[in-house]
Amino acid sequence: MLTLYARRRLINAIGLGISALAMLFGLLWLGWILWTLLANGLPQLSMAVLTQMTPPPNSAGGLLNAIAGSLMMTFLAALIGTPIGILAGTYLAEFGQRGWLAPTTRFINDVLLSAPSIVIGLFIYEMYVIKIGHFSGWAGALALSILVIPIVIRTTENMLRLVPNTLREAAAALGAPQWKVINLVTLRAARAGIITGVLLAVARISGETAPLLFTSLNNQFWSSDLNQPMANLPVVIFQFAMSPYQDWQSLAWAGALLITFSVLSLNIMARVLFRQKSTTY
Amino acid sequence: MSAEKTVTPKLVVRDLNFYYGAERALKDINLTITEKMVTAFIGPSGCGKSTMLRTFNRMYELYPKQKATGEVLLDGENILDKKQDLNTLRAKIGMVFQKPTPFPMSIYDNIAFGAKLYENLSRHDMDERVEWALRKAALWTEAKDKLKQSGTGLSGGQQQRLCIARAIAVKPQILLLDEPTSALDPISTAHIEKLIDELKAEFTIIIVTHNMQQAARVSDYTAYMYLGDLIEFGDTSTVFTNPKRKETEDYITGRFG
Amino acid sequence: MPTFLREVHMKRHNLLDIVFRNITRLSAFTVLVLLVAIMVSLIIGSLPSIKAFGFRFLTSAEWNPVTEEFGALVPIVGTLVTSAIALLISIPVSFGIALFLTELSPRWLRRPLGIAIELLAGIPSIIYGMWGLFVFAPLFAEYVQPWLIEKLGPLPIFGPLFQGIPMGIGVLTAGIILAVMVIPFIASVMRDVFEVVPTLLKESAYGLGATTWEVMWHIVLPYTKIGVAGGIMLGLGRALGETMAVTFVIGNAHELSASLLMPGNSISSALANEFNEAVGKLYTSALIELGLILFLITFIVLSLARYMLYMLTKREGSTT
Repeated sequence: MLTLYARRRLINAIGLGISALAMLFGLLWLGWILWTLLANGLPQLSMAVLTQMTPPPNSAGGLLNAIAGSLMMTFLAALIGTPIGILAGTYLAEFGQRGWLAPTTRFINDVLLSAPSIVIGLFIYEMYVIKIGHFSGWAGALALSILVIPIVIRTTENMLRLVPNTLREAAAALGAPQWKVINLVTLRAARAGIITGVLLAVARISGETAPLLFTSLNNQFWSSDLNQPMANLPVVIFQFAMSPYQDWQSLAWAGALLITFSVLSLNIMARVLFRQKSTTY
Repeated sequence: MSAEKTVTPKLVVRDLNFYYGAERALKDINLTITEKMVTAFIGPSGCGKSTMLRTFNRMYELYPKQKATGEVLLDGENILDKKQDLNTLRAKIGMVFQKPTPFPMSIYDNIAFGAKLYENLSRHDMDERVEWALRKAALWTEAKDKLKQSGTGLSGGQQQRLCIARAIAVKPQILLLDEPTSALDPISTAHIEKLIDELKAEFTIIIVTHNMQQAARVSDYTAYMYLGDLIEFGDTSTVFTNPKRKETEDYITGRFG
Repeated sequence: MPTFLREVHMKRHNLLDIVFRNITRLSAFTVLVLLVAIMVSLIIGSLPSIKAFGFRFLTSAEWNPVTEEFGALVPIVGTLVTSAIALLISIPVSFGIALFLTELSPRWLRRPLGIAIELLAGIPSIIYGMWGLFVFAPLFAEYVQPWLIEKLGPLPIFGPLFQGIPMGIGVLTAGIILAVMVIPFIASVMRDVFEVVPTLLKESAYGLGATTWEVMWHIVLPYTKIGVAGGIMLGLGRALGETMAVTFVIGNAHELSASLLMPGNSISSALANEFNEAVGKLYTSALIELGLILFLITFIVLSLARYMLYMLTKREGSTT
């Protein structure tokens, strides 16, 4: 029979042991997934992947058009989403003390932050693709920009809130109007954090597949026309991986490796740039 | 010490009340601040001395639920009036805060920031203005070779003088100093106190301080506040050597606060 | 300086102030417009299906594009069951990770470990799907599923959940992959809310001689329970809406099966697989209605999650 104290210590040891195992469990999956990617993707990586177009079944080729399409749509989405996000985040942090708009927006934004991305794809399909009659790069970029906005709003507001009020007061005390206080002092002081937010948003959308399925779809050929369906890495990976063709599957692994490591390095870059704890949720 | 100067009222406070929501932080304050003199507000924390300062440039307007009633007349004009434009008011009444607040930009831009707001100065005039302000703030010799460097790289005492330079570069009429030395070392404090003495030739200065010796050293007039009431106001020498009220005496002799 | 110049500046500044404030206000308003637009467009898109099937859409397991007879029961059940499995696995694991990160880990390890967990959240979901299909499912079929079928299959009550043939893919596999995906989300919320517990409170418990586990279980967890629940709801919201990872491994079968080892379908993977191939107004509309249902479910779950997290920060704000 254990004494009470010994039993408590035993429970403690078991609890903490399980906690350490949980940590290991999490790391194990990360390691396993990364290892799989390296083992399957690395042998497939070659110059051809970066220089040739996506091939028809059973022939060699690369991912050039998909990479270019992804870069273009991601860039555009960030270009559309970032200003709206920063401005709205500024409203929440700087003008949001009074009225109903700020708390409501904050709440809705937090919900949109985790809303299913496939529904965003459906939305753009309904609003845009049907109207113009075909899939297009623009539609893809629009869908992705809707994912960018909430992330940028959230980080902008958080970062602006970290700026001490005394800095705002000091600028106001010189007679600076509020737009100058915000643009020249507050936003500038929060710059590093806001850039982090944009990087995290870009990282998030560059791996997104679901919202592109019904918007930009795919294109087997080179196309820089944003009014046409546009190839992009995630959808190509999806289609190639699910196909029965060996060449396509190999390319899918190469693409998976490329996309994961770009997304993870963006993540790490963002965190190094801004060594403050940032929100993932 | 104030005898040889002509005494002109600059800021007249009448029946001033201040509210944080429902809490009354200033109670029926009446006093007159004299032009080109140093007026000090002393009292234990929470007595309302900083609140007082923040009504003079209406800094409280940045926050909801704060309001002031009564009158504060600047050269006869009520600055608490709704029609008063806040930005021009603040350009006339400069403020320096407890902690140095350099903006995230170069030393030069820090000082040019305020001056640019209401004046279209040529490049040359702006250079002169920046130099003038830095000289006034006794920072020129230390800063003249690093004007393009970030203001956040200076030491604490230098940062505070930068903030003073930034405030006077706008050429305000009144300078509000909110415990300007409480975050500084003794040497920097001595610097700033000397500066205050020089600046009063051109500006009306109102200083809030925790440090009674500082009030005695730098001010011509002293106001002692307690729990939102103005207990005593008068010549600094009178307040410190021959206070009329017992509360004041208790406070300045250290029996309380 | 001449006063008229000041006047000019003042007017310009005041005008720009108003312009700037309204631009930011408009941007904030965009978010609300987006939400309303998403709702409205989904509702309009679903109208033909709503008119044709009415309430039956939610209760019918029939999904037949040929006869144009559609019911959402299979994907709805699939979405709920996979998410439930995901939570069942991820809640204890996330709690362990959060406990490790806040109380056990040496200080120098906290940051790298935290980043590692956040990287797990950063891996694109399509990668989880590929990995699940090509790496996890075959191993699962070979080593785990036969054991489950043999040991748990014959049991009463629970047995039917684990009967069938080891195929690798299926509802259980999808649930496990989802669990790995939501672990980082739940764990990082838990870690964050554990960190708001006042040190003084923990120290007073330690001061009474409590063990780390007891402090966690009796002090930290009760103190943060709203936030922890919020984090779990947030993970649930993610799991419900996740598309690619599930699409790869769930099997995409429109059949209702008692067994977790059999293929099934979820709302999001039905959309991903069928939407572009759907012909006919009614088929498309039925799929959009699926999207609408998914959006409504996640909206409710995520609203609850946010509400709970706000409650925690509010209380924390009032006690400090």
